Amino acid sequence: MLAEESARQLLREAKTALPKAPSGIRGLDEITDGGLPRGRPTLVCGGAGCGKTLLATEFLVRGAIEVGEPGVFMAFEETAEELAANVASLGFDLRKLQQEKKLAIDYVRVERSEIEETGEYDLEGLFVRLQHAIKTVGAKRVVLDSIESLFSGLPNPGVLRSELRRLFRWLKDQGMTVVLTGEKGEGTLTRNGLEEYVSDCVLFLDHRVNDQTSTRRLRVVKYRGSTHGTNEYPFLIDEGGISILPITSLGLGHKASRERVSSGIPRLDQMLGGKGYFKGGTILVSGTAGTGKTSVAAHLARATCQRGQRCLFLAYEESPDQLVRNMSSIGIDLEPLLRDGALRILATRPSAHGLELHLVATHKAIQQFQPDLVVVDPITNLVSVGTPGETQAMLTRLVDFLKLDGATACFTSLTSGDVESEMTEVGISSLVDTWLVLQIVRANGERNRTLSIIKSRGMAHSNQTAEFRLFDGGIELCDTFLGPSGVLTGSARLAQEATDRASALALDQEIARKEAERERRRRQVEQQIASLREDLAAQDADFERAIQEARNRRERVAEDRGEMARTRHQFAGSNEGAGTEEGQT
Amino acid sequence: MRDGQPEQYVPGEATPRKPNWELRLYVAGRTARSVKALANLRRICEEHLKGEYQIQVIDVLENPQLAAGDQILALPTLVRKLPEPVKKIIGDLSNEERVLIGLDLRPYGATEI
Repeated sequence: MLAEESARQLLREAKTALPKAPSGIRGLDEITDGGLPRGRPTLVCGGAGCGKTLLATEFLVRGAIEVGEPGVFMAFEETAEELAANVASLGFDLRKLQQEKKLAIDYVRVERSEIEETGEYDLEGLFVRLQHAIKTVGAKRVVLDSIESLFSGLPNPGVLRSELRRLFRWLKDQGMTVVLTGEKGEGTLTRNGLEEYVSDCVLFLDHRVNDQTSTRRLRVVKYRGSTHGTNEYPFLIDEGGISILPITSLGLGHKASRERVSSGIPRLDQMLGGKGYFKGGTILVSGTAGTGKTSVAAHLARATCQRGQRCLFLAYEESPDQLVRNMSSIGIDLEPLLRDGALRILATRPSAHGLELHLVATHKAIQQFQPDLVVVDPITNLVSVGTPGETQAMLTRLVDFLKLDGATACFTSLTSGDVESEMTEVGISSLVDTWLVLQIVRANGERNRTLSIIKSRGMAHSNQTAEFRLFDGGIELCDTFLGPSGVLTGSARLAQEATDRASALALDQEIARKEAERERRRRQVEQQIASLREDLAAQDADFERAIQEARNRRERVAEDRGEMARTRHQFAGSNEGAGTEEGQT
Repeated sequence: MRDGQPEQYVPGEATPRKPNWELRLYVAGRTARSVKALANLRRICEEHLKGEYQIQVIDVLENPQLAAGDQILALPTLVRKLPEPVKKIIGDLSNEERVLIGLDLRPYGATEI
C-alpha cells in the first residue's frame, strides 16, 4: 500500500519533472506546453528588429502582473527611460511597475573606450548589481538584454566566457527564470555563441518579407526536457503586445454541439430540418456577385445578436458604415446592435497583412470578444494575399480554432460566373457543415436569385431550390416551379402561380358540378323507385281483389252443387256419391 | 592632501595649479585580489601623485547600490572621478604601465613606442 503510494508519487514527480514559468504571452505557453523552463535560462535570438526585447519585456511585465512574479530587467542597450518609452505604446507601464516594486530595471553601460585593463579581474560587479536588484523586488525572473554587449565592451573574452558560465550557474542556483536575448549571427544562432551557455530552451524569432508583406515568426529551436511545437508560428506585435498563434497544434478533437441556432430566415430554418444551423457549425454561403451572400450572413448575425449572443463580423469588402447602410436597405438595422456591443465589425483590407497575420489578428479579436458567431465576408478576398493553397490552410486553421471555441462560423464566398457554381474558389467546401449556394437564374429578361442547400451535415435538409427575394423587409424565400425550361422564377413563377390557381379553380368547379349531377341522378332513380312501388302496390291490390273474387266464386259454386245434390238425390246419404257424380260431369 | 612636486606630471600646464586627484576603488569584499589592487594603487599614487590624491575604497558587497551609479561591472575597478573626464581602469592594477596610461599619467611621447 505504502509502496504503491510512493510509486505513484514518483510517477507524478516524473511527469512534472520540469516546472514551467508561464510567460503570459498569448500563444507562447501553448507552444511550449506551459511556459519557459522555471529556474533556467532561455535564449531568445533573432535578427535586428525581430522583437526580442519586446518578448523579454512582456515576459517580465506579464510575470509581474499576471503571475505575481517580480522581475529584473538588466538592459545593456537601452536606458530604463528609453525602454519604458519603447514599450509604453504596447500598454506596458514600466515606471508604475518599478514604483510598485514589481520590476527593477538596471541599465548597464559598457563603453570599451573608457575601460583600461590593468590586470586580473572578474565580473563580480555584475553579480552584485544583479543580486541587489533581485533582492530589491524579490524577483523570480531576470532578463538580460542583451548580454552580448559585454563581448564588445570587455577586452578579454576569456574572462568574459568563464564569468558568463559562472553567471548562469549562479542564476540557476538562485532559481531565477532567465530570458537572455542574442543577435543572430552568420550561420549561428547568436553572434557570440551564447547558445553555448544556454542549453535548456532556445527560441528563434524571424522577420521575413514575402511579397511585400512582412510576417514575424517564432520557432522553438530546442526545449530540453519538454515537448514543444516545432513549427514556425507567426506572431503579431500590436497595441496589446505579442500574440502568437499556435495554429498547427489544432486537431479534430472538438465537441460537436447538438444545439441548433436559427438562421434568422424562418423559411430557411424550415429547409434546414426545421430548426436551423448547428451551433458551432461552419456555414458557407457561396454565390456569384450580387446574389445576396452578405444579406444571408447579416440575417444570421442579427438573429444571433437578438438572442443575446455576440457576433464578430470580419468585413473584407465594406467599411462598417457601408455595411450598416446597405443592410438597412433590406430592413436589418445593425446600428443598435453595434451600440449594445453585441455586434462588432472589423473591417480590414485583405492586403493589409499577410495571411498569417490575418489569422493571428482574427484569433486575437475572437479571444478578446468571445463571440458566438464569426462572419467572414468574404473569404475569397483573402486569396488576393496568398495562394489558394495557403488560403485554404489558413481557413482550415480558422475553422478548427472556431470549432474548438464552439463558435458558429459563417463564411461567404464569391464564385465567378464562369466557374461551376458548386465549386468554391478556395476549395474549403469539405470543411464546412452547411453549404448554401445562391444562384442567379436568367430567364424571361430577368435575373432572379435562388437558394439551395448543397449540403448540411447532420440534419434532414430540404432538397428544394427556393427562390430568394430581397426586399425592404429582408429575405423572403418562395417555392419555385419546375417548368419545361427548368426552374421558374420571378414573373415566370408568378405566371405559373396564376395558372395553377386557375386550374385549381376549374377543378373545384368540376367537382361541384359532378356532385350536383350525382344528387340529381340519385333523386331521379329514387323517384322511379317510388313510382314502381306505387305500381306494385296497385297491382297487388288488383290481384288481391281478383283472388278474393275467385275464392268467393268457388265457394258459391260449392254451395250451389250441394243444393242441387240435395234436390236430385233425396236419399243418397253420402257426399261421395255426389262428389263422384260431379267429377263425372 | 599634501603638496608634492607636480611639475613633472603635468608638463603642458603653464600655471602650477595642481588638480585634485579623486580616485575610487571598487572591490568586492576583502579578497586577495582586492587587497592586491589597493596595494598597487597606493604604490602607484605614492610614486606619481604623492600628496595630490585621495582614495576612496568602496566594497560593493556592503553597498551594492553604489555599483550601478558608476556603472561597475568588473571588479576591481578604479574610477578616476577627478580630474575629469571620468576614467575607468579594471583589473588588479598590477600592470603599472597600463594604469598610468589609464590615469593619463604617462607623459606625452612616452605612451607609445
